[in-house]
Amino acid sequence: MEHVTTPPWAMLAYLVAGVLFIMALRGLSSPATSRAGNRYGMIGMTIAMVTTLLTHGLASLPEIAGAIAIGGGLGFVTARRIKMTDMPQLVAAFHSLVGMAAVLVGLAAYLNPIAFGIAGPDGVIEVQSRIEMGLGIAIGAITFSGSVIAFLKLNGNMSGAPIMLPGRHAINLGTLVAILGLVAYFTQDQAPWVIAVITALSFAIGFLLIIPIGGADMPVVVSMLNSYSGWAAAAMGFTLHNTAMIITGALVGSSGAILSYIMCKAMNRSFISVIAGGFGAAPEAAAGGAAKVQRPWKRGAAEDAAYLMKEAENVIIIPGYGMAVAQAQHVLREMGDLLKKEGVNVKYAIHPVAGRMPGHMNVLLAEANVPYDEVFELEDINGEFAQADVAFIIGANDVVNPAAKTDKSSPIYGMPVFDVDKAKTVMFIKRSMGGVGYAGVDNDVFYMDQTMMLLADAKKMVEDINKALAH
Amino acid sequence: MDFISILSVFVMACFVGYYVVWSVTPALHTPLMAVTNAISSVIVVGALVAGAAEGSVVSKWLGLLAVVLASVNIFGGFAVTERMLAMYKKKEKK
Repeated sequence: MEHVTTPPWAMLAYLVAGVLFIMALRGLSSPATSRAGNRYGMIGMTIAMVTTLLTHGLASLPEIAGAIAIGGGLGFVTARRIKMTDMPQLVAAFHSLVGMAAVLVGLAAYLNPIAFGIAGPDGVIEVQSRIEMGLGIAIGAITFSGSVIAFLKLNGNMSGAPIMLPGRHAINLGTLVAILGLVAYFTQDQAPWVIAVITALSFAIGFLLIIPIGGADMPVVVSMLNSYSGWAAAAMGFTLHNTAMIITGALVGSSGAILSYIMCKAMNRSFISVIAGGFGAAPEAAAGGAAKVQRPWKRGAAEDAAYLMKEAENVIIIPGYGMAVAQAQHVLREMGDLLKKEGVNVKYAIHPVAGRMPGHMNVLLAEANVPYDEVFELEDINGEFAQADVAFIIGANDVVNPAAKTDKSSPIYGMPVFDVDKAKTVMFIKRSMGGVGYAGVDNDVFYMDQTMMLLADAKKMVEDINKALAH
Repeated sequence: MDFISILSVFVMACFVGYYVVWSVTPALHTPLMAVTNAISSVIVVGALVAGAAEGSVVSKWLGLLAVVLASVNIFGGFAVTERMLAMYKKKEKK
């Protein structure tokens, strides 16, 4: 078989696909243009696939069509059925599939290099391709096993608590060095054992890297794995000399990296400390060390809350993941509607780390039919609490904790938080006074003069408020 | 294409990605992840090459399996993004 070359028209088609993918992301700059963007993405993918089939695949069309039908059907049905609260798990699962696909493509290219145009007729793979292939398989395998662990943790099949192995930093570093060393050795010797060991070690390191990371840091992990899946695609693009794959890989890689950065910043944690893991492992040390002082706090009833909000001019609602757990988003939107009927100005304030992945809370509110122009980001709304009559906190905790601004010893010190203490009245829905947020720290907001604790299940409480409002 | 041209495309695309992603509104970060997930399945191109090629039966089946996995992502990723984006609505004008 001779060296395979891609015809110029196909190269142009891949370039068009790459540009369409850029436009797909560009569309997401506003909800108004986002759906058009998604269509561009679909067109780009169709062009890339049809081009490949025309240049390579017509001979095996039935098998390939079958494979697409099985996978596509499965993906489509899952996408239709998935609950919006489960979106982080779904994304983690999807990342694992990209990672595994990268590993399989890499191994296929290793076994049949001539078909990929990366080896001479004697089957000796070009040195540069060996590096790309080795790295692609490694990144893909890390993405796969890391995403599987992230999925299990997010889905609750595995405890969200960090699992700390003794000497894990040494083990991880050693494994990474071994993988890189083997990729270097692979350029000299293309024996099957080399690629097999690279693959196995990479699966192991993905697993080892994610198990020590706690539930609170999952938004960073999901973003990071998003980035890895992009770099894996890019590495395969280098192997295949394919512009669509390289452009996409770079886009996705940057996207995940930026999202990780945004998430880390919103928690005031360094990327390194997230990767090192262990956050939220031992809250007893912080909270239980000092003898707990009983401080006075006020309990409110649904009727009081309803009365105060009815009389208010501005109400800012701060939803957190607890709202999603209680499935309270729909009754919350009803509450917003009832208040708006009373002439109250209702806004929603969302912290970047609210929910289990970037932007999760926005999707949940959108699903509950909250218009997106009533939903504001932290920096856009934080100045408005001084004018707010009521700050209504539902299912959030750490993101309103003033200790982040004042207490240098607090684990959340430096994290940007909502200035709810400036609001005239603070209403805090919480199941009981006992529990604490992810960071495991007490919250001064509970004990402020203007705070009314609404102790109940979030959904039940909002339903009761709605009943009182409807009177 | 030689390595330098490929590398040039890659580096430029990283910069494009950087600026485009920063312009994405935070409200759409979840759909962003879903759609990047879908497009990163362009790795299906490699899977199709392997699945279509003659010469190695194992390689062909690995390729076909990769086509299945990538297709789950492509169809699932775009469909779930579409579903989410359809939920974002503006306030109704009265």
